[in-house]
Amino acid sequence: MTNSSQDKAPLLEIDRLSVDYGLKGVSLRAIDDVSFALRPGEAVGLVGESGSGKTTTAMAIAGLLSPNARVSSGVVRYRGNRLPIDDDAAMRPHRWSETSVVFQGAMNALNPVHRVMKQIAEPCVLKLGMSRSEATARARELLELVGIPADRGVAYPHELSGGMRQRVMIAMALACRPSIIIGDEPTTALDVITQAQILKLLGELRSQLNLALILITHDLSVVAESCDRVMIMYAGRIVEDGTVAEIFANPKHPYTRLLIDTIPNPANGKKIIRPIPGDPPNLISRPPGCAFHPRCPSAMGVCATEVPGLDKFGRARVACHLHRSSQEDKVAIHA
Amino acid sequence: MAVGGLGGKTSRRIGSILIRAVMTLLMVATLNFILFRVIPGDPATLLLGGARVSVNAEQIEAQRQNWGLDRPLFPDQMVDYLSATLRGDLGYSFKFRGRHVADLILERLPATIALVGLAQLAAILCGVMLGLYAGWRRGGAFDRVATGASLALYSTPSFWLAMILVVIFSTTLGWLPGYGIYSPGASIGAADRFLDYLRHLALPVSAVALGLIGQYVVVARAAMSDVVTEDYMVTARAKGLTGGQMLMRHAFRNAMLPIVTLISLNLGYVVAGAITVEAVFAWPGIGGLTVEALNARDYPVLQGIFLLLGASIVGANLLADVAYGILDPRVRQ
Repeated sequence: MTNSSQDKAPLLEIDRLSVDYGLKGVSLRAIDDVSFALRPGEAVGLVGESGSGKTTTAMAIAGLLSPNARVSSGVVRYRGNRLPIDDDAAMRPHRWSETSVVFQGAMNALNPVHRVMKQIAEPCVLKLGMSRSEATARARELLELVGIPADRGVAYPHELSGGMRQRVMIAMALACRPSIIIGDEPTTALDVITQAQILKLLGELRSQLNLALILITHDLSVVAESCDRVMIMYAGRIVEDGTVAEIFANPKHPYTRLLIDTIPNPANGKKIIRPIPGDPPNLISRPPGCAFHPRCPSAMGVCATEVPGLDKFGRARVACHLHRSSQEDKVAIHA
Repeated sequence: MAVGGLGGKTSRRIGSILIRAVMTLLMVATLNFILFRVIPGDPATLLLGGARVSVNAEQIEAQRQNWGLDRPLFPDQMVDYLSATLRGDLGYSFKFRGRHVADLILERLPATIALVGLAQLAAILCGVMLGLYAGWRRGGAFDRVATGASLALYSTPSFWLAMILVVIFSTTLGWLPGYGIYSPGASIGAADRFLDYLRHLALPVSAVALGLIGQYVVVARAAMSDVVTEDYMVTARAKGLTGGQMLMRHAFRNAMLPIVTLISLNLGYVVAGAITVEAVFAWPGIGGLTVEALNARDYPVLQGIFLLLGASIVGANLLADVAYGILDPRVRQ
């Protein structure tokens, strides 16, 4: 699956993207020099702690940055064309038609005063110019597609369970036949069984409709189940990028390794969760060098002074001084 | 979109709201009865002209028997009161001898409804619009000006505003009449008379409305700024809706919920009149009647006004409950 999608031209390219937030005169870098590509039908997981920049990355791609955010460098290209991600009005045609977002529908992402059918049909009317009856027919079709009997469309959000609401959210995201779906913690508020059902549904729809998926989560096990590739973010930067199989079998970055250690696995007799020591980084006074070095068990002198670049290892990428490929860095490590 | 299918669920909900309203009204009437029996002063003495007039015990006893005041408060007097109230008989005024309380109130009601009703209408239209817009563009220049001005208006006593308006538009500029409901003397045609009435309404309505606008702007702004930070507004933006579509399709109805509560509470007070403003403009409404009745210790009139106020507040709450069910599907269950 991964190999075939690697050969296609990228659907989405993020090229050295940095986004700052202005907070009371202080500028705060939420994502720093982020680059990656997404191919048609590919599923990528964006994993990190709160404040790691995963949501900002996704919102930038969807053109949903908040008014106090500023794109300070870099570009996002969709099918080779630059996206005006910092221009709210210019992004409007792109939204939902090309990229849609599955928010935490279990929470408040659905409007409480409208029937779910109407909310699903709304973009079909407004963006695709469908008549009301065509849009309703489309909404019924979509409800069936996500496993909800179409007649339940007359329900209001509060009349549905969390899992059902999440399915409605997915149906809504598919309304305009987008090619990219961003899942913003789509399963976070759900119980484990519903979580598994929703992930399965997303996986099925993805292969059925050839959707590319960007899944934002802090839960590596969710990524393991549903993604081809995973990118680990820390303090606004990608620190490791590789296939799910590679990352789980052979994590290179110490942070990734520690993250994997936080997944309990009773089958392996690993019942104790090992938390990562220290606190998430303060983005206002970011540590010099590698932002992770204050918490890193393998930190060296160079880690505190020099920001490690994101080096390629075959198709994987790692930003860590332990894995610098150039000769002088190796010397530095052993010195 | 249909209103939640006016089927069993909705009609049952409205039925229970109605039953609750009737129960509340009964309680209001009972409390009203008790209240006017516990305040000091013997009605028989008052009827004979108050404490200053010297009367003997027989005269008082005769009065008591005449008016049934010698019978026990409960159940006799209370049942009498409740059944008379149900028939629309609110008793006789002390001050305006021989006049029915209901007639006195009905006489004054149109002037009050015109004054407070128009003021409410104007304040709702302006205040809610301005407040919703300020909340939608919160933090902007419009918001800052509107919020500042509203807080100032909201905290200004309306009788003071009324006096300032009189000083400016009546005394100094001479544009509008400063008191009364019609110009005295002149016998003029119906159309001119109506115009004259409107000119007399202008200042009192403005005085009441300005204070209310402040209140509506503050509440509407708060409601809207809560709504714009809701997750479903992010969803609406992600769906590619324009600002106007987001406002009209997703924000407006949700923001109206707390505003409907305020509107209905205020509408309940329309019949109470605006006591201070009516006093400033010598406006012959219920507010003025209340003041006159208080000064004359005219308990039957006060009792009647309290009952009317209670009933209209219960009625307004009933309207709010029904409106809420239409606006918010979560309430319908």
